[in-house]
Amino acid sequence: MLTYAPVDADQGVIQKIFYVHVPLAIVALGGFIAGGVMAIMYLRTRDRRWDMRSYVTIHLSIVLAVGVLITGSIWARASWGHWFVWDEPMLVVFLIVFLLYATYQPLRFSIEDPDKQARYASVFAITAGAFVPLCFGAVRMAESVTHPPTATMTTSSPGTVTLTFLVALTGMTLLFITLCKYEMASKNVSATVRRLRRRLAGDDDQLSATGRSAAPQL
Amino acid sequence: MLVTALSSSEQYVAGAYVVFLALVLVYLAIMAAKLSRLEREVVELAQLAEGRDAVPEDRAPASSSQAQPVVR
Repeated sequence: MLTYAPVDADQGVIQKIFYVHVPLAIVALGGFIAGGVMAIMYLRTRDRRWDMRSYVTIHLSIVLAVGVLITGSIWARASWGHWFVWDEPMLVVFLIVFLLYATYQPLRFSIEDPDKQARYASVFAITAGAFVPLCFGAVRMAESVTHPPTATMTTSSPGTVTLTFLVALTGMTLLFITLCKYEMASKNVSATVRRLRRRLAGDDDQLSATGRSAAPQL
Repeated sequence: MLVTALSSSEQYVAGAYVVFLALVLVYLAIMAAKLSRLEREVVELAQLAEGRDAVPEDRAPASSSQAQPVVR
């Protein structure tokens, strides 16, 4: 990827951060929106598995968002000489979205009742998920010169840049889906083990057996 | 040695990619730790279940020995 894509005439080799930073950001933001959609499915069906899917998707998107902030800071430092630029709307909006989602886990953890926890977390996921496209749509409308949107960057670039970007985006999406499935399988097995342990111990009290947790109780 | 061979710009690029790689590796390491804990728990549960099954089996010969004369 690093050798196939041409060196940018304006930014030089620094521009190659684009191939990890932008796919990370797109997948993280897509994950936040997908988490909101899964939360809608939970509220419609009351099936706990949708709450689990929403939780895992948002959890992984937060991990990717940390990567976006760090790689973005490195890119900003190399290009502009500062780790963070406060008058750049795209950066500030992403930070706001990240901080908003940083409250998701504490919100879940603060609610002891599993039903109430799933319901409140779903409402949060839907509201915050709707907030994401609204915010970034607003930033696009107030287009900045210093941080051009990705679509413009790729359509005005050579085919090799577009292809490299699309391969990076596909890879990142597949990595995200794989990690989601991995995490989901781990959570399902944990829940089954907990159920078996309770049955073998003859304890039917779910809360006393598992304790308070931010993760959904299946 | 590798760091000194890279220019300042290349170091930033390498740093960004290393951060991404580290993030994925840390995540996988945490998942691996969780999986090994799960594996231990499953073994523990299997032993517990086997222990439970062993109790009726111990009692079984006594009842079967009582039942044997009836069969004959």
